[in-house]
This record gives sequence, structure tokens and C-alpha cells, in this order.
Amino acid sequence: MNDKVLAKVRETFGPDAVDQDGAGRPRVAPDSTDGVAQAMGLANDQAWRVCIEGRGSWSPLDAPADLVVSTAALERIVTIAPGDLMATVEAGAALGTVNHRLRERNVWLAWDPPGHALRSVGSIVATGTAGPLRHRFGPIRDHLLGCTLVTGDGRVVRPGGKVVKNVAGYDLTRLMAGGFGAFGVITELHLRLRAIPAADCTFVAVAPRDVLSAAARDLAQAAIDASAMELFSPALAAEAEWVLALRLTGIEEGVTDEAQRAQALTEFIWRELSPDRASALWHGAAQAALSGSVTFRLGVLPEGIDETIDLVAEHADAGLVSAGAGSGSIRWTGEATLGQLQAIRRAAAGREIPLTLERAPWPLRQAFGHFGAYREGVGNLVARLRDTFDPGHVLQVPLDA
Amino acid sequence: MSRPDLADALGRIVGPKWVRQAAAELAPFRADGLPTHEATPRVAVLPGSRDEVIEIVRLLAREGVPFVARGAGTGLSGGALAESHAVLLVLTRLNHIKRIDVPNRRAIVEPGVVNARLSEATAPYGLYYAPDPSSQSACTLGGNIAENAGGPHCLKYGVTTNHVVELEIVRADGSVTRLGSPQGEAWGPDLVALFVGSEGMFGVATEITLRLEPIPLETRTLLAAFDSVRAASEAVSRIIASGIVPAALEMMDGPCVRAVEDSIYAAGYPRDAAAVLLVDLDGRPTAVAAETRTVSRILEEHRATEIRSAATPAERARLWQGRKKAFGAMGRLTRDLIVQDAVVPRSTLPDVIDKIYEIGRRHQVMIVNVFHAGDGNLHPNLCYDRTDLALAERVFAAGREIIQVCVAAGGSISGEHGIGTDKLEFMPLIFDQATLDLMCDVRGVFDPDGRANPGKVIPVRACREWRAGGFR
Repeated sequence: MNDKVLAKVRETFGPDAVDQDGAGRPRVAPDSTDGVAQAMGLANDQAWRVCIEGRGSWSPLDAPADLVVSTAALERIVTIAPGDLMATVEAGAALGTVNHRLRERNVWLAWDPPGHALRSVGSIVATGTAGPLRHRFGPIRDHLLGCTLVTGDGRVVRPGGKVVKNVAGYDLTRLMAGGFGAFGVITELHLRLRAIPAADCTFVAVAPRDVLSAAARDLAQAAIDASAMELFSPALAAEAEWVLALRLTGIEEGVTDEAQRAQALTEFIWRELSPDRASALWHGAAQAALSGSVTFRLGVLPEGIDETIDLVAEHADAGLVSAGAGSGSIRWTGEATLGQLQAIRRAAAGREIPLTLERAPWPLRQAFGHFGAYREGVGNLVARLRDTFDPGHVLQVPLDA
Repeated sequence: MSRPDLADALGRIVGPKWVRQAAAELAPFRADGLPTHEATPRVAVLPGSRDEVIEIVRLLAREGVPFVARGAGTGLSGGALAESHAVLLVLTRLNHIKRIDVPNRRAIVEPGVVNARLSEATAPYGLYYAPDPSSQSACTLGGNIAENAGGPHCLKYGVTTNHVVELEIVRADGSVTRLGSPQGEAWGPDLVALFVGSEGMFGVATEITLRLEPIPLETRTLLAAFDSVRAASEAVSRIIASGIVPAALEMMDGPCVRAVEDSIYAAGYPRDAAAVLLVDLDGRPTAVAAETRTVSRILEEHRATEIRSAATPAERARLWQGRKKAFGAMGRLTRDLIVQDAVVPRSTLPDVIDKIYEIGRRHQVMIVNVFHAGDGNLHPNLCYDRTDLALAERVFAAGREIIQVCVAAGGSISGEHGIGTDKLEFMPLIFDQATLDLMCDVRGVFDPDGRANPGKVIPVRACREWRAGGFR
């Protein structure tokens, strides 16, 4: 099959348009939306199985596919409009690069997803992997204004727009956040930016988990104005005990005031990190998600965080845990078998908690699915949405088991 | 099924007194907040419970009858109008706040709960529901979901879609599905995000779980007057660029200020101002005080001719009164008013406003601007009289041109009012055929027969489904 695919792709796109990845899968990396559309159209006509890849640093590159469509050559930062707090970037652009360029203009994309700093923005959107900053800035979908999407059969669609407020048409852009690429290849994104805050301070406390989570509840109750309030497990933070990290951003006076208030509300002593140490903490926590082969997230109400962390530990090892003490999103990384994952998903579903598999080796992804334990009617809707976006079922995305 | 038979069947579900079929009974349901469109439904039915909604939708599915869900009918895009073949499903009796979960900051409500009532109910717990459309004392949360409603305070806290975590929906075939989760993480792809703003075409939300916010400890309001809209707009851009996110950042132009000052809602605004900005800063007292200093300095640097500041609820209410009552005040100027809704990139505001004035002059139409400047969401108000047909024609032409100008500036045809029936013709200005076709297909996933709120959002001629044989 590979030879036939290689020959056909060369015939269509030219002799240099295709290479083979480490697993011997033919791979194209078009540098335009039209190029992606052409590749998807061809794959659809030929009934090939297609795997979408970004910069290759997050999900293992191991899905069986006749053709890999990579967004790595779609890395232009098309527009930065600081006055409008908007940027247009191609999906293969690395978040670290994008934010570096944005900071030169005094704006930023308030994302701190798990994984490598050079993860592509398309990957972050497709997997909906928000990090600790979701506490203030919300899930990934809340940062999306519009996109360009190539559907499974090569249609190019452009839902949404470039302005921060927009209700024209159905919100297909937000559907792309966390869709794991099941609806097509995102090639370009219009993103909502924020102005760089004048002050950005991180405070940490190290203590037993129950002490920290109780403190986090008190802080939330007192409406501490934080950008992130994240609990890290001892293994993740490389500390003897759990760590509660508090990130305060805004104008100087406000940050100072909130830091004093946080101290007054808690019995332990907060330690302020230097900018370098703070950066190391947040980046280290993000990178930690790559140190196990399985990462999943659970959507828990803030009151249920402790109980849910225990629930996971009952069925798998303690892993590396990062939990949004205010947002209620728990991320676990480690090693787990299919049986363990199934047991956790079942137990979580019984508590109204969805489990989303963010990354795992292909056999686990395929057998377990990114999603599962659908509620009545949801599976049918998802299947029909996939038929609509990818009528030839070329996209190899194990959305559900 | 004939109208009387249908009314009888509906009456058996909800009780005869909750079914309206006589012309006089249907009159209140002929229009929503948009003055230019009217339609009389076949029957209006007012269910009293979720179970009755489900039973009604199943009956209509069996009979192949289209339906339109409606809340308070305050929408401004003709989205809640039902044509003579459709049943109007009025949800105002489903008005129970079912649960307030204080520690997790969630509220579970029925769709007919009035927006402002939710914040009243949660206030004793120090919580409120942030999206605050101007019609919040009347509009329902179900309608807010359908339209993805906004409001002045969405600049800092986000619009409806940012606050909905879970929905129970009834699709047109009568099937019941729960989307999202109490925390907000989806069970699968994010169907809550897809449902919000679908203008009632994907089904009816029968139970809504919303995220609440803590009531800010302090709110300060600044009012600044300017000699030109351009100077005011530049001040807006500078405030946003400073990193401060005001809770609200609203602009009224000179004609609006004078309309307010000439009315019983006079708020003491400077009558000679070309533009007035209202800025709300909220949060912790220390931060609010510091932000107030920074914003005041920016306003001065941008040549504000006058700056007032208010911190007590009574003083703040007085500064806001003119803004909140602006639409009422304009009632003195004109018999009818079209409240346009479009969005432009913030940086283009001064040029776009100039063009809007030019369009008004050319068409001899009075245009008054009052809008959400912080997010570039314009509301040009076009004054007219529906009995003056020539004027009405000019108003429609001016409205079309305004939309075209906003689209050309890189904007959108609606920021918060929705497409409904009013803006169908403009959809091809911002979406190409492939995108419109896909939207049409996605609607078919939820409602293959196209019976839920038919004829809205996607222009029928642009729809592949229609071209292939028409909506049934």
C-alpha cells in the first residue's frame, strides 16, 4: 500500500512532496490550506486512512495510516493585531514561538498546556489541553475566534471570524477544541490575546494534600483573584509533599494585595518564586506530562478534587497529578493498562465526571478511545457529526472505543 | 392535523388554558423585539414542565409539525417568530431555579427563568450570573442560550457560552440528551459549545447548568466626555492595551447623549459632548483604586473634557441610568427604532463610526450610536417610522450599508443579537458556500427534518439540503 500511496502522492503533488516517517508511513506536509485540502481530497478519493500530525511532540506518531498529513510546514504567524487583541496563526506554529513573537508586541496567548513548549497550536486546540491558566482564562475553546478547517473529504470551511464577539452562524470553531482532529485538519486559527500583565508573581506552599486542598477551597471561597491555582503531586513537583502553586497577575498593587490576602487566609507560609524559578515550575509541570506514556484529564467539580484523586489512585498508581483547585480539572500522567483506565472511567462516570484520554500509545488509544461512557444520545450525535465532516471516514481518530 | 385538532391534542398535554389559537390570543406572539418582522404561529402552547415539553415535541414529531421555542420574546433578530405552519412553544412557565450549588458556583435552572432573577436569587450567597443583556429584566436564560447573549459586562466575564457547562436538550424527534458535565468538561466533543448560539435550531434546552461568579467587592464607574468619537475610541484602545480589563466599557455618541438628556431619564451627561464613555472597574478595593488611577490618567491623556467617578451604588446607578435607558430615551425621537448589531475590530472603531454617520447623512436617516466599545460591538440605532414607507426603504438601505462597512473592516454581522430572520441575507457576506453548506449539514445532524425553528440563520437558497429537495 505504501508504494502505491507514495506513487500517487508524487504523481499529484510532485516528486519531492512526500517523504516517509520513522515508521515508514508516507507523509506530506503541505504549506498551505489548499495543499492540505488537495491531500485530504486525494485521500478521500482513494479511501486512504489519514493521520493528522502537528510538530510530533505530544501524541505518539504511531497511528496506522496510509498517509500522514502534517501541519509542520504551516507555521506562519499571519497577523498580530495588539490593538484588537487578536492574532492569526497557522496551526503548525509552535506555541513557544508564537508567544515569543506576541510578547514583543506586549500581548500573549494565555495558554500553558501540558507538553513541550514547542507544541503546535493546532495540537493544543485539537486536544483541548488547557493548563493551570484555565483557572482565570478558561478552557482552550474560549480563546478561539475562528478557524480554517479542511474536512475529511477536502472541503475548506471558515467558521467564526476575527472579532472577539461574534454570534453569526453555528459555533463550529469551538467544536474543534477537543475534537482530536476527528472533524478535519485545522490549518489556521484566529486567537484571542491578552495584554501582558504588569505584574506576574508565583507563590508556592508545600504541605500534605488535605491541608493544601482545604486552603485552596478557602482561597476560592474568598474569591482570590488568581490566574492559576494548581495542586501538584509530590512526584510531579519533585518535592516531599504536595505543592499548591498560586499565580497572581495584574497591576502591581492588586497582585501585592492579593498575595497578602492569600497569606492571611492560610496557616502555612507561602514562598514567592523568582521569575526564573516560577517559569521553571510552570514549564516543568507542563513537561512532566511527557514523562509517562498515558495522560488523561477528568472534569471534576472543585469540591470533589480530593475524592477523585483518591479514586484514580485506587485503580492505578499515584502517577503525576496536576489539579486545578478552582477549575476542577485534574490531569494525570503515568503508566496504566486498558483495564485500569476502564475501571477509572467507569467509576468516574458514576460520579458525573468525564474522563478524556489526552495521549497514549496507539493500542490504548484505539481500545479505550479519547472519550467513552457517553450519555444517551451523545454517541449517535458524535457519529453523525463525524459522517458530516468526514463522510469517507478517512481520519484515523479513535474518538470512542 | 387541522389547527383545532392540533390545539386539542396539545391541550390534552398541557391543559386547554395553556393553548392559544384565536387570532387575538396569538397577537402577543406575532413579533419579538425586532419591529420589522411579524408572523402569526399556527398555535401557541405554554407547557408547565419539562415532561410536557418532551410530550409536545414528540407529538409534533409524529405529526411532522415544525415548532419554534420562545422565551420572553425580547430577541432582536426575529429569531422567535413562528410562521403559520409552526407551533410556538412558549417556555416562560418553566421558570424554576432548581438548585444553587454555592461551593461549586453552579446554578441549575429551567429555560424560562428570567436572566436578572438568577442573580437576585444567588446574591445572598455572594454570587451572580455575569452575562447581562440589556433586556435582562425580561429575557429568559433559555433565550440567552439560543442566541449566545452578551451584554455590557461580557467584556471581562465573557458571553453566555463561557458560562454554560451542562444542558439537557430535547431534539426535534423528541429524544432527550444531556450535553456537557457539571464541571464543564465535555463527554466527547464539545456539544454544549455547538448548541449555545444555535438559535433554537438544534432543539430545546430544558435544563441548564450555569457557572456563577463571585460578586466583586468593589465596583467603580468612571464617566468621561470627549470632543470626538475618535478621541474616545483611542482612549478605549489605550485602556485595553494597558492590560486592565474593565468590567464594562461603553460608549454613547453625541446624539445619544442629547436624546438621553432631553428625556425623563436625563442623567446629567455633558450635553455638548461628542462621545461619552462609561468604564466599570471591579474587583478588590486596592486593585480597583489602582486601576482607576491608571484609567483616569489614560482618559486625561486622550483629552477627556470631563471625568466623573462614582463608587457608591446610588452614584453609579445615576451614571449608568442614561446608558441603560438610552433605548427608552430614543423613543422620544422616533416612532420606530432598528437596533443594529455588528462587530468590528476595536482599532477600526473611529473610521467605522465616521462611515456610519456618512451613511446616515446620505440616506437622510437619523442614526444614534450606543455600544459596547470595549469589544467593538456596535449598536447603531436607526430611527424611522414604519408608516413612512419611503423612509423605511432608506433605513433598510442604510442598515445594509452599515453591515457592509463592518464586514469590510474585518468584522461580523452580529455580536449578540443573532441572525434569526433579520440577517439571513448577510450570511454570505462573511461565510462562503462551503461553510454555509456545512452549517446546514450540522443542523441536519440534530434535526434532519429541519422542524426546529425552520428558516432561520442559514439562508435557504444557500443551503445544499434545500437545493436537493427542500426542507420538509
